[in-house]
Amino acid sequence: MVQIAATRTAAAQPINTRLLSLAALAVVIAVLPLALTNNFYLDIAILAGFNAIVCVGLNLLIGYAGQISLGHAGFFGIGAYASGILVTTYGWPPIAALLVGALFVGVLAFLLAKPILRLKGHYLAMATLGIGIIVSIVLRTETGLTGGPDGMMVDSFKIFGLELYGEKTWYWVVGVMLFIAVWLSLNLIDSPVGRALRAVHGSEVAAEVVGVDTTRYKVMVFVVSAVFASVAGSLFAHYTGLITPAKADFFKSIELVTMVVFGGMASTFGAVIGAVVLTVLPQALTVFQDYSQIVLGAILMFTMVFMPKGLLPTIEGLIAQRRRA
Amino acid sequence: MFAEFLQYMLSGLTIGAIYALAGLGFSIIYNASHVINFAQGEFIMIGGMAAATLTASGVPLPLAILMGCGGAMIVGVLVAKFTVERARNASVVTLIIITIGASIFLRGVAELVWGKDFKRLEAFSGETPINILGASMQPQSLWVIGCAAVLIVAIGTFFNRTLTGKAMLATSHNRLAAQLVGINVKRVVLISFALSAALGAMGGAVVAPITFSYTEMGIMLGLKGFTAAVLGGLGNGPGAVAGGLIVGVAEALGAGYISSAYKDAVAFVIILLVLLFMPSGLFGKRGTERV
Repeated sequence: MVQIAATRTAAAQPINTRLLSLAALAVVIAVLPLALTNNFYLDIAILAGFNAIVCVGLNLLIGYAGQISLGHAGFFGIGAYASGILVTTYGWPPIAALLVGALFVGVLAFLLAKPILRLKGHYLAMATLGIGIIVSIVLRTETGLTGGPDGMMVDSFKIFGLELYGEKTWYWVVGVMLFIAVWLSLNLIDSPVGRALRAVHGSEVAAEVVGVDTTRYKVMVFVVSAVFASVAGSLFAHYTGLITPAKADFFKSIELVTMVVFGGMASTFGAVIGAVVLTVLPQALTVFQDYSQIVLGAILMFTMVFMPKGLLPTIEGLIAQRRRA
Repeated sequence: MFAEFLQYMLSGLTIGAIYALAGLGFSIIYNASHVINFAQGEFIMIGGMAAATLTASGVPLPLAILMGCGGAMIVGVLVAKFTVERARNASVVTLIIITIGASIFLRGVAELVWGKDFKRLEAFSGETPINILGASMQPQSLWVIGCAAVLIVAIGTFFNRTLTGKAMLATSHNRLAAQLVGINVKRVVLISFALSAALGAMGGAVVAPITFSYTEMGIMLGLKGFTAAVLGGLGNGPGAVAGGLIVGVAEALGAGYISSAYKDAVAFVIILLVLLFMPSGLFGKRGTERV
């Protein structure tokens, strides 16, 4: 394995910082319910958690491998509908449906990845956007299977005779899943794979020249991020009990990418923070009623103009600056 | 049989002309600034909504269209000035999100000003269908195709014959060199946004009698315009026009012969197939990356 010294310094964190931040995440997840006094707040936290799981995966692709995807909601949607259709229509056990959905998405992403990841920049954006839109159109049109634009009801998640029911239970399920997602992501980033990925992001040609099999790593990350999205989609379907094609459409994809970039590219916790802020924000913006769209658009534009690196890296930069001063 | 085919071709060319205008808008802005402007569809919407609401309140149609174009140009310049220009060195994803933010913002403002419901604009010269070899065509389709053709020729002349146009082409070839010979590249970016906005708004106004005007009309039109631009090779103006017509015709044929439910998917299936086999679009140059 080739070591790329220049990229090591960029994001490689010492192991103890990693453990520390994981512990911090665990504490936040454990303590948060004390502040979430009613089911409405819990519900928002759960939705933020689902988004965060997808964003942690997507961040590996965007932030570390430097590849854009404007179609990840498509994978989320496939996961959700795989669970919906297999469990509710065909009576499969939920865990089996979840795994089959994830496997299907993994294989699909693998087959698509090779030709697609040859594309650069805007062409890649176009291709992934196309995949996402096609998935959402199929979900909307195949009414017999998916219930069409109105969506379909999904049975609750049962495992070992236990039924996951209510916001309190789901909060812990999502919390644990998010913790696992972050842990996997941090491990991946600190492994040789992560170093190779950062090399790809820095300069793909240079990475190839020193012997990194860039295509293999890009494909791998694309598959991993798609599977994260699929699993989150499956669980989401069981939690809400109603899924619609809107969960897989272009806007959902954009929302996910925005969360990653807003929170801070190439930062796992940035992705989590981005997901949480942008899930809570539209709820908070409802006080603006008719103006909520305008305010949301303006916030997106101006945070990206003034903090192109995203929220967390900008704050970290400010803290580092103050320390030096 | 043939009449049916002709019917699909005509409706495909009509909507394709709008995609071509949108695609051209994407290309012009991309050339000047390397930004994919996801607010392009909102320029179309502004044109369509302005024409429909202004004529409804008694403004003569030509003036309403011009006001729509003017309004869109101002909006375009503001978007360029306050967001894109300030984020010059941001990454591709960041710039995409900025323009998407702009499009959400503009749709929000439009909803506030014009409301959410569909607005109807009278066809420019009646609705008596014209019979062409057994296929019937709305007179408005002729307006759409005619206006698009005139605009495309005008844009071509502008880029090849005027000093400003040539300066814009020079900027797209080599920004730094253009700057060195005294071209004001910041102005070039602003002009590119104004031009694209005018093209989009004009397209929106002429197509409004066929599609109705509503604040979300620009979403799909804009995405298809992006498809057209990529199909023709990003930054290739004539390519974008050809791409738009191809997408429009393929969509109409797909809706007619295969499935009308999957009409919107046709454009994206085509672009995926093309990108898989020709990663730089149909007419794009093969690029090499410098290290």
